Amino acid sequence: MAKRIDVSDLDIYYGAFKAVEGVNMTVEPRSVTAFIGPSGCGKSTMLRTLNRMHEVVPGARVEGKVLLDDQDLYGPDVDPVAVRRVVGMVFQRPNPFPTMSIYDNVASGLKLNGVRNKATLDAAVERSLKGANLWKEVQDRLNRPGGSLSGGQQQRLCIARAIAVEPQVLLMDEPCSALDPISTLAIEDLVAQLKEKYTIVIVTHNMQQAARVSDNTAFFNLAGQGKPGKLIEMDSTQRIFSNPSEKATEAYITGRFG
Amino acid sequence: MAVTNERQQLLDRRPQGLDLGPTGRGGDRLFGGLAKGSGIAVIALVVFVGGFLLWLAVPALRANQASFLFSREWMPGIQPPRFGIVDLLWTTVLVSGFALLLAVPVAVGVALFLTHYAPRRVAGPVTYVVDLLAAVPSIIFGIWGIKELAPKLAPLSSFLSGNLGGFPLLRPGIADNGTVFVAGVVLAIMILPIVTAFTREVFAQAPREHKEAALALGATKWEMIRLTVLPYGRSGMVSAAMLGLGRALGETIAIMIILSKPSPDSPFNPSLFAGGETFASKIANNAAEFDSPTKTGAYIAAGLVLFVLTFVVNAIARLILQHSERKHA
Repeated sequence: MAKRIDVSDLDIYYGAFKAVEGVNMTVEPRSVTAFIGPSGCGKSTMLRTLNRMHEVVPGARVEGKVLLDDQDLYGPDVDPVAVRRVVGMVFQRPNPFPTMSIYDNVASGLKLNGVRNKATLDAAVERSLKGANLWKEVQDRLNRPGGSLSGGQQQRLCIARAIAVEPQVLLMDEPCSALDPISTLAIEDLVAQLKEKYTIVIVTHNMQQAARVSDNTAFFNLAGQGKPGKLIEMDSTQRIFSNPSEKATEAYITGRFG
Repeated sequence: MAVTNERQQLLDRRPQGLDLGPTGRGGDRLFGGLAKGSGIAVIALVVFVGGFLLWLAVPALRANQASFLFSREWMPGIQPPRFGIVDLLWTTVLVSGFALLLAVPVAVGVALFLTHYAPRRVAGPVTYVVDLLAAVPSIIFGIWGIKELAPKLAPLSSFLSGNLGGFPLLRPGIADNGTVFVAGVVLAIMILPIVTAFTREVFAQAPREHKEAALALGATKWEMIRLTVLPYGRSGMVSAAMLGLGRALGETIAIMIILSKPSPDSPFNPSLFAGGETFASKIANNAAEFDSPTKTGAYIAAGLVLFVLTFVVNAIARLILQHSERKHA
């Protein structure tokens, strides 16, 4: 189920503005890769190019290659809609569909894929909610609106919704930044479980979180205001946090960042 | 006595610099008063208009020998007067409902196009043109409707009534072009701008995070709209439709020009292809004849029903909105 991501010479533009420049990286299957770096360094933009969500902004485009195993996500015949069905995403703020029940939220992706069979849906909803460690809390109120849950539960509901379609890759854009520490811990535990089945890329501002949950870490930085963001260094998390090769990385993770 | 003195000394030593009394900013009170006054004035106005209608209508209703709500007669001039509003009510509701049925889907389509499909340089001018439609005086719509549009719609009308005449609403009606059908189409065009503007507003406000959630699940654009924009905008669409309906119910001059008045003894025909008169067009058609209090009272009683009808429509819209909001809270 999990696939490898290979990014080569990737430049990302918003119109004429170059947001990210010259990224080369490999994300191993069944691993957690953390993107860290200061605000505006392009780590979220980089994440969004992995499922072509950055194209929601008019004028956004990329140059370079993003391979999922051997398939170029930016190939001429590739439909971004199809890309997003295999590369799922969880956002910064929990965003369950407010007019839908918990059940329908989880089932929404499957229904988009044309699954109508009630038994199949039931099974998938239960499996996904269990996979997101939410089943015990909501099993007796699946018909309540998704918005009735707490923030942390909503975020786990969003994770259940994302994994219900059994994606190859799961992208998480600062998934805990709107949550309290207890809910954050629940999500981090979940990430550790999910990596057994999925390739996970997580953007985080929280360095401890990156150190706790990820196997590899990529540090992004930008030379200055209006300059494109760059991948400074990518290595095993242990190495990045103990003995990074670049001075800038060390300065950032130790908090001595200019 | 000594205690009192000490206390007084302590009191005297309080810091004198802080003035925490009323700030006495005149502007605040002035605008507060103006706002409150305007609010009260609007309520008073509605009550006053309602009261005025009742005051003039009641004597005529007392003298009326026919059933006001169920009679098809309209002879307020004879002694004793006989008048009923059932024909007016039917035509008013039919023409407005038909207009709404035509206008709302088109308005929703236009609003979706403007907010989610059209590139910005197209959306701007199209929005402007749709808004411009609202600025066309209704008399222009009336003339255009009967002279230009009606002959063009005539083949469609005769096709529908010829082939589907079995349905009461599509039964063959009058020979000339002044049908409820034509009036409804014109009304639909007239309420299109307001319904579009309102739905466009709510569609544009659909939260970005919900739309992104749908897209990230692999929704196509239309699926994204169906999953997030339409549910989010549902209550707004209901309000927009009700605003449009309110306008359609009261529209006078265009309807008056287009609709053929049936002769007083013609049998009741519920069809879209019949003529007829709405409350507003009936009153406007006969405005020259308000010569006796009873006659005037009869028309005012009809106006009162229109007044109540628009009130009820608005109340229902509000109930629907509250209901759907509670469901999603």
